[in-house]
Amino acid sequence: MTNYKAITGGEAVAEAMRQINPDVAAVYPITPQTIIMQKFADFHADGLVETELVPVESEHSAMSCCVGAAAAGARVMTATCSAGLALMWEMLGVASGLRLPIVMSVANRAISAPLNIHCDHSDTMGSRDHGWIMLFSENGQEAYENMFIAVRLAERKDIMLPVMVNLDGFITSHGVENIDVYNDQVMKKFVGENKPNKPLLDIKHPVSYGPLELPDYLFETKYQQIPSMEAAKKAYLEIGKELSQITKKEYGFFETYKMDDAKAVIVVINSTAGTVKRVIDQLREKGKKVGLLKIVMFRPFPYQEIREALQNAESVAVLDRAASFGANAPLYGEIKNAIYDLKKRPLLYSCLYGLGGRNIFESDIEHLFNQLLNKGLEEVNYIGLRK
Amino acid sequence: MSEWFFSKQRSSKDIPIGGLMEEAGSSRHFKTGDWRSFRPIVNDAKCISCMFCVIYCPENCIRVKEDAKRGNFDLDFCKGCGICGKVCPVKCIEMKEEAQFLK
Repeated sequence: MTNYKAITGGEAVAEAMRQINPDVAAVYPITPQTIIMQKFADFHADGLVETELVPVESEHSAMSCCVGAAAAGARVMTATCSAGLALMWEMLGVASGLRLPIVMSVANRAISAPLNIHCDHSDTMGSRDHGWIMLFSENGQEAYENMFIAVRLAERKDIMLPVMVNLDGFITSHGVENIDVYNDQVMKKFVGENKPNKPLLDIKHPVSYGPLELPDYLFETKYQQIPSMEAAKKAYLEIGKELSQITKKEYGFFETYKMDDAKAVIVVINSTAGTVKRVIDQLREKGKKVGLLKIVMFRPFPYQEIREALQNAESVAVLDRAASFGANAPLYGEIKNAIYDLKKRPLLYSCLYGLGGRNIFESDIEHLFNQLLNKGLEEVNYIGLRK
Repeated sequence: MSEWFFSKQRSSKDIPIGGLMEEAGSSRHFKTGDWRSFRPIVNDAKCISCMFCVIYCPENCIRVKEDAKRGNFDLDFCKGCGICGKVCPVKCIEMKEEAQFLK
């Protein structure tokens, strides 16, 4: 049975939060995330959730609130983007270092300066080494479904890490789609009950969170995060399999689209994947062997699986919506790492696009595919830039 | 647990996840007295047991006796900050260089 609602991607995330009904949510507005928490605050005002809604004075406080509440034993959520995510920087590491299962949605937006409220991935890519599991969403439906996987993933005892669910600011967060909102009771059962690990409020078993660790122990404590992050890969597939019984969809580290015999492949994150699929359909009709690899899980990064997926491609363009100044763009660098062990490596190109919400058109992608098929690209390319 | 905890270099598998301390009051096993470079020396004859030093001590290391008089300074934890000497109304606490006591 389906229950379609014509809502924005941001509202779809709020719908997921309503169904998850977290114990605590820290709220601080920032465009284009505001649409998520505004809708969730509506649910709260209407008495549809039992959440303790904490309006905080900054994003640093929002994440601090999440850290405190999660340590106390609550199921905790917040949402942010751009400068807000940047202001959380310190607490992002505290959340993952203390192994707190916080779930945060991020409506990806450019980092200042210059000030810009539109979509790119410079916010989330800047936070990629803070020990958070990072999931990405092509559209509102995927963001909605990622939220449920995120809660289960974060709270698993062999993981215990915070999870970030990314969706493109405005493009996805404010774009209205037909969202299949699954049954409340079914989704409530899917997320299950939160069984916190060593909560502060368990006064019979007192614990201290966040004490000083000197050179004799910090290395061992940080090392614990590495196997847990690695374990998140297997756990993601297991949880995805369970969710697929409800949604009848498949959940992998990435989605491949018409890749079986593809000679030219585009690798991309988030909403642009939808545009690429449309162009692929058009080019396939003309007999061109083109395909897409869309990243869903960026941390932990599925190097081995991507290597296998790209082994038969002849040329690959990696599209990054964030620059890494003085280095390879974030996704390009990872893909380059992934294919290193292939005996016969495809030609690999970096394409920077879409900074500050610059549109990328079907014609741009079609042109790129043609360049890939003719191997007529520089190592680093800029789509839509007036150089 | 604590003696073992502080005496043995344990592996990542044998320590609590996320650096949690799983024992109440474990800070008493972490002796901060060796940070001290000045030691408080009290002239007991001048002390009026006003308890200012007891209340102001940030380490809570000045004991109180059963007769409600000021007790000894617990040098296992005193960091030598000198606040006790500053707040003492009769100036009976003198901070002396720790090096003098090293013999």
